[in-house]
Amino acid sequence: MSSLSTIQDVFNEPGCGKNANKTEAERKKGCTKQLQPGGAAGGCAFDGAKIALQPFTDVAHLVHGPIACEGNSWDNRGSASSGSDLWRRSFTTDMNETDIVFGGEKRLYKAIKEVIEKYDPPAIFVYQTCVPAMIGDDINAVCRAAATKFGKPVIPVNSPGFVGPKNLGNKLAGEALLEHVIGTEEPDYTTPYDINIIGEYNLSGEFWQIKPLLDELGIRILSCISGDGKYRELAYSHRAKAAMMVCSKAMINVARKMEERYGIPYFEGSFYGIQDSSDSLREIARMLIERGAPAELMDRTEAVIAREEAQAWAAIERFKPRFRDKKVLLITGGVKSWSVVAALQEAGLEIVGTSVKKSTKEDKERIKELMGQDAHMIEDMTPREMYKMLKDARADIMLSGGKSQFVALKAAMPWLDINQERCHGYMGYIGMIKLMEEIEKALYNPMWAQLRKPAPWDDAGVNWQAKAMAQMDAQAAEIAADPVRVEETRRARKICFCKTVDLGTIEDAIAAHGLSTVDGVKEHTNASGGCGACKGRIEDILAAQPAPVLQVAE
Amino acid sequence: MAIVTTSKKACSVNPLKMSQPIGGSFAFMGLRGAMPLLHGSQGCTSFGLTLFVRHFKEAVPMQTTAMSEVATVLGGYENVEQAILNIYNRTKPEIIGINSTGVTETKGDDVEGFIRLIRQKHPQLEKFPLVYVSTPDFKDAFQDGWEKTVARIVEVLVDHVEAGTARDPVRVNVLPGCHLTPGDLDELRTIIEDFGLKPSFLPDLAGSIDGHIPDEFTPTTIGGIGVDEIATMGQAGWTIAIGAQMKRAAEAMERKTGVPFRLFERLCGLIPNDEFISFLSEISGRPVPVKYRRQRGQLADAMLDTHFHIGGRKLAIGAEPDLLFDLSSMLHEMGAELAVAVTTTVSPVLERVKTREVLIGDLEDLEELAKARDCDLLITHSHGRQAASRLKIPFYRVGFPMFDRLGAGHQMSVGYRGTRDLIFDLANLVVGDREANHQPTPDTWRTTDVGLQVVPPQLH
Repeated sequence: MSSLSTIQDVFNEPGCGKNANKTEAERKKGCTKQLQPGGAAGGCAFDGAKIALQPFTDVAHLVHGPIACEGNSWDNRGSASSGSDLWRRSFTTDMNETDIVFGGEKRLYKAIKEVIEKYDPPAIFVYQTCVPAMIGDDINAVCRAAATKFGKPVIPVNSPGFVGPKNLGNKLAGEALLEHVIGTEEPDYTTPYDINIIGEYNLSGEFWQIKPLLDELGIRILSCISGDGKYRELAYSHRAKAAMMVCSKAMINVARKMEERYGIPYFEGSFYGIQDSSDSLREIARMLIERGAPAELMDRTEAVIAREEAQAWAAIERFKPRFRDKKVLLITGGVKSWSVVAALQEAGLEIVGTSVKKSTKEDKERIKELMGQDAHMIEDMTPREMYKMLKDARADIMLSGGKSQFVALKAAMPWLDINQERCHGYMGYIGMIKLMEEIEKALYNPMWAQLRKPAPWDDAGVNWQAKAMAQMDAQAAEIAADPVRVEETRRARKICFCKTVDLGTIEDAIAAHGLSTVDGVKEHTNASGGCGACKGRIEDILAAQPAPVLQVAE
Repeated sequence: MAIVTTSKKACSVNPLKMSQPIGGSFAFMGLRGAMPLLHGSQGCTSFGLTLFVRHFKEAVPMQTTAMSEVATVLGGYENVEQAILNIYNRTKPEIIGINSTGVTETKGDDVEGFIRLIRQKHPQLEKFPLVYVSTPDFKDAFQDGWEKTVARIVEVLVDHVEAGTARDPVRVNVLPGCHLTPGDLDELRTIIEDFGLKPSFLPDLAGSIDGHIPDEFTPTTIGGIGVDEIATMGQAGWTIAIGAQMKRAAEAMERKTGVPFRLFERLCGLIPNDEFISFLSEISGRPVPVKYRRQRGQLADAMLDTHFHIGGRKLAIGAEPDLLFDLSSMLHEMGAELAVAVTTTVSPVLERVKTREVLIGDLEDLEELAKARDCDLLITHSHGRQAASRLKIPFYRVGFPMFDRLGAGHQMSVGYRGTRDLIFDLANLVVGDREANHQPTPDTWRTTDVGLQVVPPQLH
């Protein structure tokens, strides 16, 4: 399959911290942890590629596949556009049985022709999906032929769903841009203030909460990849002086390869939270000055930061008495964890837990730094445990992505959406104030008190929540009373989520083989053979083992 | 009689259609303790799952066999086996409902064969309810997936009944099409129970995805019809099938158990409900309760009040066949003109839709035809929102998905009461549009070159 070499290449990402920590052999295997049938939840690689590229607003996004891939998913993201609405229209070849038997290349070619005739976009992105990949439709060849015939860029995006998860799709999308688009056109003019923003999708238009500040400083966004982006800007983005990579690691390959090929330095930053916003503005200014912008840019930047921070702090001051003693449970993936943690603490909220399932070791260190050593990191909570945590009055509100919302809402607990389907922007200084407003609204809604009351005909205290809790407590007590089960429970704690390895298995392996390194543990148990995020936990286990009683050679 | 045509385009723009595997999963969601499982790559499930969550604003159970590139090429036996075992061990379901997808159908996985092997290998699964339905993405549509899955559930899970076995005349099987909402099913249950009958709904989305607060945390469906109740459906006196798509399941039921069925292609509108209520009265031997006599009067009055606004409207409707047929027939009976009809898949009802042509096409077709034929009311699912804003005509959301408005699960169209509320909503939409966008001006009635212009706005 033609996409295979690209996938190998994507896995070999030196800019990725997680990857850099791996051995040669691990790196080859890549970050596609084997998904578990019957236990997986995320999107596929095609989903990831579409998410990453769909926010390019003037491009026609054409999905080559049966109806499921596009028909079930289109117009599902809240990215905002300042111009064209073409990106929101849906184009798919809707392959039928005949196409499967005879091949879908002709239909794809005709579809490209129809799109150009009807909508005349500056470019078409063609997405490969599983079924045409299986039957051997060569979309690269079709795109090449169509581009020649119609004199228009037709870009193949080779990311069929079954090659891996969403994050792999993000990167494959980036590869398509690097290979076919970036560097193919030239801007009318350049300035010393040109930057690229990479990995920002402008969800709910939130990037517009920060853009006015950049405008004020005279900093020009040469290209935003991909929120409110335009094809031509992307094509000449190689002329930027510096770049900021926003959404964690999703498009790290684009940032790194643009540095490699075009000498555009990048930094990883965030506009979530006051401190992070200021740091990012400063870093942009610093990099531009390094690349030749006048030094006075930093003075102006500092002045804007000082003004914005003062305004934001004054606005947030109002919330502090309302948020006193209020506790937040934060369930979210990856780097977003720490950037939001910092922001919430700025307003005086206490964070009683945050999930670190998708975070790297460095992310976790940073969370510890921000929240103290006793930060409760939720590795893998069941809905029941999540609810218990809320219920035990350790949390007054839960912030999470859409998937876990029903745990909180059905338990009559305030909840706020902070993932991609949300309808408010939370970026920059203004966004933080908006987030505080939303939290306050949720926390103090009088509705909760009514909803928590049992129906008049139900006994108070024997509602389902109480029953569930009692059941959990009873189970816990039963286990605590039985030393054998205490040990069983302790040993059953899952350490590696990718390979499903529990503590007991690892301890046994350490004891049996006298292991002292993570690699040794991996060799014997396969733990940390997936994403590698559990390395730290295994190191802790190794450190906690009694000093090696010199094992007699077996 | 309408001519049914199929769009000749190579590129579908703004699809109306959704895939049949998720229609199949949707049917399994109406079973208690169920875990719908798609045999395909994980995106097949996650797109469907997200769509259901956005529509219902509920937690939705749905799993995947997570086929990788290599597994797809080599065949998915191990993935199906692992998925079933994982679900069985972790979520303790009462049934696992499996639908194939485009990926695994292109490879040609023999899932029935897999299931036989899995049952042999794992004795704990020998009797465990596993229902498999073949539903490739590259054929048919959402409604077909539902139709095939319900029929298959009947074939696999309903117990055989010996000829001559006494039936329970009070029990009635109800086989609702996928165009009915949980709210519709609740209404039907009330109506049927008011005749002293005991209905068994298959599938019963009302118990599982109507938004009630569950009794405990459960990763499977939180309600719906139980496998045990399905097994005994052969004892019922009658089967009521709603929507032409349910004929297949009703026939399967009759073949297997001998339970006779009556098909109601429509339950929206005055006459269809007269037939339905009369039928219930007939099979129960009870007179029509006063409540329904009053509701009939209310609907008749609502028709009088709203016909000024609905009559003469030029409709553009995009919907799956049964919903299209039901709604457009009712609106035709109210004096509206169905100027554009677009649907997703073939069906015997299409040629009886009251219009010249029914197009199997997409929302681009709907939008263009609506514009060309000057339609002034657009009716389709939420994906019509872009078309509506470009056409600048009132837009009424029906069907699945409805992700940009709340309460999708409770929007009703069945019964006298459901029809009454629906036509009030539609008429209010039209009135609101007139007030906002079509107020008369000094030039509204001025004659132009082409003669007398525009119909004056009716102000009643």
